[in-house]
Amino acid sequence: MKRQLLIVLVGALAMILAACGGQTPQAPASPAPADTVAPAAPADTAAPTATEAPPATTAPPAGGETQQPTPGGRIQTILTRGELICGVNQVLPGFGNVDSAGEFSGFDVDFCRATAAALFDDPTAVQFRPLTAQERFTAVQTGEVDVLIRNTTWTLTRDGSVGLDFGPVTFYDGQGMMVRIDSGIETLEDMEGATICVQSGTTTELNLADNFRAIGVNFTPQVFEDADQTAAAYDAGQCDGFTTDKSGLVSYQTKLAVPADHKILDVTMSKEPLGPSVLQGDAQWADAINWVVLATIQAEEFGITSENIGDFLTSDNPDIRRFLGVEGELGQGIGLPNDFAARIISSVGNYEEIYNRNLGPETPFNLPRGQNALYTDGGLLYSPPFR
Amino acid sequence: MATAAPPVQKTTIPFWRDTRILAVLFQVLFVIIVVGVLWFFYTTMMAGLRQANLLPSFAFLSQPASFSIGESVIAYDPSNTYGYALLIGVLNTIRVAIAGVILATIIGIILGISRLSENWLLRNVATVYVEIVRNVPLLLQLFMWLALTQTFPRQQDSISIFGLIYLHNRGVTMAWPVTGSDFGAWVPWLWLGLLAGIAFYVVRRIQFARRDRPGVAMPQAFLLAGAVVAIGYVFVGLSNGEWPLSLSIPELQRFNFVGGIGLTPGFAALLAGLVIYTSVFIGEIVRSGIQAVNKGQREAARALGLTPGQTLRLVIFPQALRIMIPPMTSQYLNLTKNSSLAVAVGYPDLFSIAGTTLNQTGQTVPVIMMVMAAYLTVSLVTSLFMNWYNKRIQLVER
Repeated sequence: MKRQLLIVLVGALAMILAACGGQTPQAPASPAPADTVAPAAPADTAAPTATEAPPATTAPPAGGETQQPTPGGRIQTILTRGELICGVNQVLPGFGNVDSAGEFSGFDVDFCRATAAALFDDPTAVQFRPLTAQERFTAVQTGEVDVLIRNTTWTLTRDGSVGLDFGPVTFYDGQGMMVRIDSGIETLEDMEGATICVQSGTTTELNLADNFRAIGVNFTPQVFEDADQTAAAYDAGQCDGFTTDKSGLVSYQTKLAVPADHKILDVTMSKEPLGPSVLQGDAQWADAINWVVLATIQAEEFGITSENIGDFLTSDNPDIRRFLGVEGELGQGIGLPNDFAARIISSVGNYEEIYNRNLGPETPFNLPRGQNALYTDGGLLYSPPFR
Repeated sequence: MATAAPPVQKTTIPFWRDTRILAVLFQVLFVIIVVGVLWFFYTTMMAGLRQANLLPSFAFLSQPASFSIGESVIAYDPSNTYGYALLIGVLNTIRVAIAGVILATIIGIILGISRLSENWLLRNVATVYVEIVRNVPLLLQLFMWLALTQTFPRQQDSISIFGLIYLHNRGVTMAWPVTGSDFGAWVPWLWLGLLAGIAFYVVRRIQFARRDRPGVAMPQAFLLAGAVVAIGYVFVGLSNGEWPLSLSIPELQRFNFVGGIGLTPGFAALLAGLVIYTSVFIGEIVRSGIQAVNKGQREAARALGLTPGQTLRLVIFPQALRIMIPPMTSQYLNLTKNSSLAVAVGYPDLFSIAGTTLNQTGQTVPVIMMVMAAYLTVSLVTSLFMNWYNKRIQLVER
């Protein structure tokens, strides 16, 4: 009788321990990061980061130990952990993809690396968490990922009731429709009675229903949770059409059995501004992500690349000196080191370099810049001033 | 001293050594710990949700869902509410669960009997089949069935069975009766048939009871009911010049078949996966149930001159059923719960639609709780029914 009770008590204790263990997953990693942070950042930038980090809270954390519930403490948590946890796609070549060696690459992935570079001066200090469209918001809501950069459309609902805070748009996209050339479909109106493959948990799922309702065309959706399965079902002929963001369609087309048998209709069904997002309620971390993205855009405007950044570091132009952190204390206010822009550019490059590396003319996608050019070139990319 | 000793002994047992008090104390402590842990989880969750401005609310249930659903038992439109969309999910889950339970039971019984067959080939084929199917994860099997549906020809080159059933990579389309405009005139005949059948059955039972002899009335009752309905069908058809029920033959339009009814690849894959997987476990339950019946029963039945088939049907199986029902209930519940893997094969079951809902509304906690409540309800109802049935067939001692 007593022994049984003991077993029960031990069981209860184990449960509590397990619960506590889940609360502080960062704990075992803490000694190592202290070393990586300290030498990477000059003493005068690292110190203010630690003390100024949570200006929103009344009590600044003394030793950086109380990272748990303090709003605004996300940057401190990441610095203590020693790496950024970034939610990405793993099946969308060009944006987020894993190769056979387990290496992540893509446009979104590079922005994760840029953020890691800004925080640690080390673009590899990032742990990628592959997420499906369905899982991604829960992962942000529960704090499983620090930032979600996974071709995610910025919408009001997601910004509001889903509990995200969006950064600037990294890629302006629109929803398209891919069909077989031999089907003779030219417009959406031709698709009366068709079956259309779509991925669940996406804005495309909603836009599809809205668009077809608006033009009064009936269709049958075939919904999969997994993006690869959606494409596979379309490839096998289980659907007449396959809809997702146009950039995604271009990417998936390269994966189909006979890419030349398919075409993407001209029609654009929606606006799909894709950007990074973080959990609502941590304004400082959201600011940091904002300016990491903007830094890549501003760098392109200045013409600073990973190759010529050495020349700019000695520039006399005060705008550039401030931007690169040679003078002034721009980073401090957003919880980043002052030279965060220089760190990003030297390790990941400016927006143009990121774009060309993943989606540009030398890749299989060869996507024209279009709306994703600088405002000076007729595009929509525009960074507020760094001052 | 000798008289003083006993009371001293009595009082020196401290309460922490007294097993009667300890037993109560530990139970109280255990409850406090469990409640405390749950409370800790709850407050942590609420604090986190409040910080992200995501406090749980059920208000989203009355908002329009604005996503479409591939297949549904009752009519659905994207302008319907989230609550209604979740109901569609529940119905889709129940649909696959009922079909699955019936088919898995039939196949399972055949499998279980085959495992005990005296035919060497049949027995060993069944054994190999059981060992392979029950040792491969269900999810993997579902992917295999889905991949299999994709290997069928495209609709244009469908495999046609007498022009009534078409097999293609978008599932199965088959001819199906549809109601004509005169269906209303036929409805009274259906009721009449039902009444005639019941009346015949009751009369026959009374006759049997009076003569104190066993007898079978069910088949004749069905025949009578069927005859009445058929006469009504012909009567309505001849008098109105249009049949109340007609066969809708599927026809390939530009993109899809129109007419008849179709099974989508997702449904077909899910049903096949669930039925094959569960039937193997049911087969083992049937086998163990039959083997648990005393050997003497079989020998006695054979000595009475019953054929092997009669022995199984009339003597062994009714006794085995009592042993089989409780584990069978678990398998039915497993099948229902395993249907939540539908999301992997693109069938819009409850879990799939709930996933979309929580993704679009951000109300993770309320949606997950509703899904849990729905599965719990379905499982408890199944459980209650099976327990009632179990009680009914138990040995009645006189």
